Amino acid sequence: MAAPMLRLCCPGRRWALACIDGCSRHRRGAPNGCTSSRRRGQSSVAQQPFITAQKPRKGCTDRRVDSVALLIAPAVSEHEWAAVVGLEIHAQISSKSKLFSGSQVHFAAPPNSLVSFFDASLPGTLPVLNRRCVEAAVMTGLALNCRINKKSLFDRKHYFYADLPAGYQITQQRLPIAVNGSLVYSFCAGKNRSQVINKTARVKQIQLEQDSGKSLHDDLRSQTLIDLNRAGVGLLEVVLEPDMSCGEEAATAVRELQLILQALGTSQANMAEGQLRVDANISVHHPGEPLGVRTEVKNLNSARFLAKAIDYEIQRQINELENGGEILNETRSFDSKLGCTIPMRDKEGKQDYRFMPEPNLPPLLLYDTESLPAGADPQQVIDIDRIREQLPELPSVTREKLVQQYGMLPEHSFTLLNEVGLLEFFQNVMKETRAEPKKVTSWVLNTLLGFLKQQNLAVSESPVTPSALAELLNLLDRKAISSSAAKQVFEELWRNEGKTPAQIVSEKKLELMQDQEALEQLCHAVMEGHPQVVMDVKKGNPRAINKLIGLVRKATLSRADPTVIKEILEKKLAS
Amino acid sequence: MPLKRMHFQFCLQTSYKAAIKVSAALKQGHITPTELCQKCLSIIKKTKFLNAYITVSEEVALKQAEESEKRYKKGHSLGDLDGIPIAVKDNFSTSGIETTCASNMLRGYVPPYNATVVQKLLDQGALLMGKTNLDEFAMGSGSTDGVFGPVKNPWSYSKQYREKRKQKSHCENEDSNWLITGGSSGGSAAAVSAFTCFAALGSDTGGSTRNPAAHCGLVGLKPSYGLVSRHGLIPLVNSMDVPGILTRCVDDAAIVLGVLAGHDPKDSTTIQDPVKPFVLPSLTDVSKLCIGIPKEYLTPELSSEVRSLWSKAANLFESEGAKVIEVSLPHTSYSIVCYHVLCTSEVASNMARFDGLEYGHRCDIDVSTEAMYAATRREGFNDVVRGRILSGNFFLLKENYENYFVKAQKVRRLIANDFVTVFNSGVDVLLTPTTLSEAVPYTEFIKEDNRTRSAQDDIFTQAANMAGLPAVSVPMALSNQGLPIGLQFIGRAFCDQELLTIAKWFEKQVQFPVIQLQELMDDCSSVFENEKLASVSLKQ
Repeated sequence: MAAPMLRLCCPGRRWALACIDGCSRHRRGAPNGCTSSRRRGQSSVAQQPFITAQKPRKGCTDRRVDSVALLIAPAVSEHEWAAVVGLEIHAQISSKSKLFSGSQVHFAAPPNSLVSFFDASLPGTLPVLNRRCVEAAVMTGLALNCRINKKSLFDRKHYFYADLPAGYQITQQRLPIAVNGSLVYSFCAGKNRSQVINKTARVKQIQLEQDSGKSLHDDLRSQTLIDLNRAGVGLLEVVLEPDMSCGEEAATAVRELQLILQALGTSQANMAEGQLRVDANISVHHPGEPLGVRTEVKNLNSARFLAKAIDYEIQRQINELENGGEILNETRSFDSKLGCTIPMRDKEGKQDYRFMPEPNLPPLLLYDTESLPAGADPQQVIDIDRIREQLPELPSVTREKLVQQYGMLPEHSFTLLNEVGLLEFFQNVMKETRAEPKKVTSWVLNTLLGFLKQQNLAVSESPVTPSALAELLNLLDRKAISSSAAKQVFEELWRNEGKTPAQIVSEKKLELMQDQEALEQLCHAVMEGHPQVVMDVKKGNPRAINKLIGLVRKATLSRADPTVIKEILEKKLAS
Repeated sequence: MPLKRMHFQFCLQTSYKAAIKVSAALKQGHITPTELCQKCLSIIKKTKFLNAYITVSEEVALKQAEESEKRYKKGHSLGDLDGIPIAVKDNFSTSGIETTCASNMLRGYVPPYNATVVQKLLDQGALLMGKTNLDEFAMGSGSTDGVFGPVKNPWSYSKQYREKRKQKSHCENEDSNWLITGGSSGGSAAAVSAFTCFAALGSDTGGSTRNPAAHCGLVGLKPSYGLVSRHGLIPLVNSMDVPGILTRCVDDAAIVLGVLAGHDPKDSTTIQDPVKPFVLPSLTDVSKLCIGIPKEYLTPELSSEVRSLWSKAANLFESEGAKVIEVSLPHTSYSIVCYHVLCTSEVASNMARFDGLEYGHRCDIDVSTEAMYAATRREGFNDVVRGRILSGNFFLLKENYENYFVKAQKVRRLIANDFVTVFNSGVDVLLTPTTLSEAVPYTEFIKEDNRTRSAQDDIFTQAANMAGLPAVSVPMALSNQGLPIGLQFIGRAFCDQELLTIAKWFEKQVQFPVIQLQELMDDCSSVFENEKLASVSLKQ
């Protein structure tokens, strides 16, 4: 299956909004079955998603018909499938040093250059917990509405792997640092996508644990090369309960978590750099029946692949069961080239991790204002309430504020937050311009973002600065230039870094003609030169006046405001 | 015997018996650190057959001695341990010096860092003579199961033992009947006992310091868990391991403990509170003491000699006015089994890092990573280690975890609570035997396997590890065979100083005889031709 299973709902703006309609319905047959119903009606997100199993078909040419049938026949039938998706998300903690050692944390440092004796598991070395990592975990827990455990424990999880030097990973299996939280993620739905629908995935727990090193397999020489730079870096494992039902939902939840982590500064959460990795637990069952056997798809390191892999896996399981097969409780990986999941050979069979308490780390004790021991050294204790006070504004609040403060469409608030740096850009423009927020929003989201996307640039790489855009919008706002001239100026700004909008306007002579008399003379001249068009207008052809306006604008080299021209012309024609 | 040599014999075995006294001699300039170091090095060579050392760090020691000498000349001695020869069990990491754990797995492994305890001793100017022999990865109670062969007990060659044997034995070959040191810190015990150094580090997980101390006539201290850093100690059981101290007298143990004790930022299980220096008062009045005699320790396996010495010791305290009461530690009988489960489980985990990738032994097989692991571990570990790894992994399996590991942890809590109850009832220290009997000949010892021996030999000692309590074995007297017998004192957690104070009183009362190694030292006359030293010994 090389073709993508799920077409993107809003190409180029995948993360702006998650489309919910249909994506949670799964059918027998080609895995792209859930695409077609998307543009039809907005099925309720809250509704338990059912997947109708259809009789196997040759090919899937008529799937649109199926979708219609599916939509108009929502009644639960025995053939329907529901998919259940839970996630384990590993976020690398943004910290200077590793979780249990003093080695630095850096992406793309020379191999094995950031390895302490402990990271290489030299015998006799002991773990020493990094305070910063604990604070990051507490802060993340608070942001996800978790209960912070005042006492948490560390455990060893054993398995032999070349990039796990100690033969075990230190994690928090029995008593993690935070439990019972929730992650609220939102969709825009309804007409104009103005309706925001919130969904909640319960956060089972957040645990602190060590990252492993990296294995590089050189098949030609049949060698494995080990890089331990990553070994021992602090991870937050966020476990989401199986409250999601399709790739899109999972991807939206992950995206929201990513935004939260970035807002908190607890993780850079850059998926491309492996700072955010997702394992998905997937099963399908008939509604009302016990959950099916689940598979785990490991190491999904891009949002796109995450959604793809989950949807593929759901369809694979349905097909398997429909054909009388059975689902094995196994670990699979996603082949992004083939677009399918495949069993992982080296994780075959059930692993017994032989968990045991980590004897070298005493219980991790946290305090709040009430329980803080009197005279405690603030360097030695962690006060949950102090961390709570330091919580920054969370993305959901930021979005709400944007909607309320600027009258922005919810959809636009999502886009502003989803593009890294775009919100800051927008806010900087707002600081320096008198232009209407709606105008600014439109320029930032349509013009600027359009240019950026076209050239595949990040916001930080934009040749147009927020100040330049603000100045441009000011010119527009006081009608010094026309909208079309403004577009021209923007293009110039994009091409010629360094020039101010005012310079461009004056160089290109783009300022609007303010001289009313001169304009009137031009109108007069145009009417004189085109008597036939004037006649048309007078005969009652309403479109004819537009032609005159166009001709006058052309004569002004597009420097006149068309509404002013129209006014003059109408006055003259009426007289 | 020439008079001059007699002088030194006297000096070596009595006056210089204690590091505290040789330290005074160094300060007064009666002997230089280099002279002292060279003497110990020559005794090490002389006693090589004991197999006490795996590595002798002669060059390092001489260089350290040279530096120490410079300090003494300037009058800037670093303290009581400056210039004092010490030895370290070969499961403590020593920077630049091979650290093997007596295992093929770590043969040739040279750590790039010092264990905190080693660093602390070096910072005090101590001279590191070498790394001492042990059971592989400290798993054993005889110091017989290491890849470098068994350690011989210096008492096998003592005048005291030989004379008793002559009376009894008829035709047995003397040399083939050497005695074990006990273990697993047997190398350290032999090294101190044979005068190759003044103090040695052992490790104590279930009795590995106290057991060989008892068999070699030494003071063997297991400090409170958390008082001394384990950073750099290659672990056996992290939750029970403690660096141990072997010396010839209680005062020396206190000096060394004073240097080692305290928080280590590299070991999160060490106490945060600052530790006061250890100064042992000379106790004159024991009438306010309450000595507990745990009745469960009176087992049928206990030799009659040890048993009678134990009651003699109790009587001694009582006769001097102490209150001696029988106490109960009701969960004692479950202790060894519980220890076995917890120990092997942690061993299984701790040994997982030895995979041949980062350091240590690696086999030649390279068909796959898994095959490499398997062969490396098969070649690297002996049967004892492999056996414990297997049982430990069994106990940790998901289906067994609750039934074995969790239960053992609960029992461990009960055992620890037994001690708390007893100490809360007003008992200051517990007095128990350290071992069932005196040291046995090697040929006798190996009739049972390692597991059986460990279970027997740790019987009185491992409970203190399970409860994290300080315990010390103090030599009391010689058996009918002329071999040392030690008794154990167990104290309240972090009351190590109080424990040692009582041990010191006891030491003074019993006047344990000095090992007489004349025959062993006979050929080493050149070592003893130091007039200055001889005269010092007379003055002391």
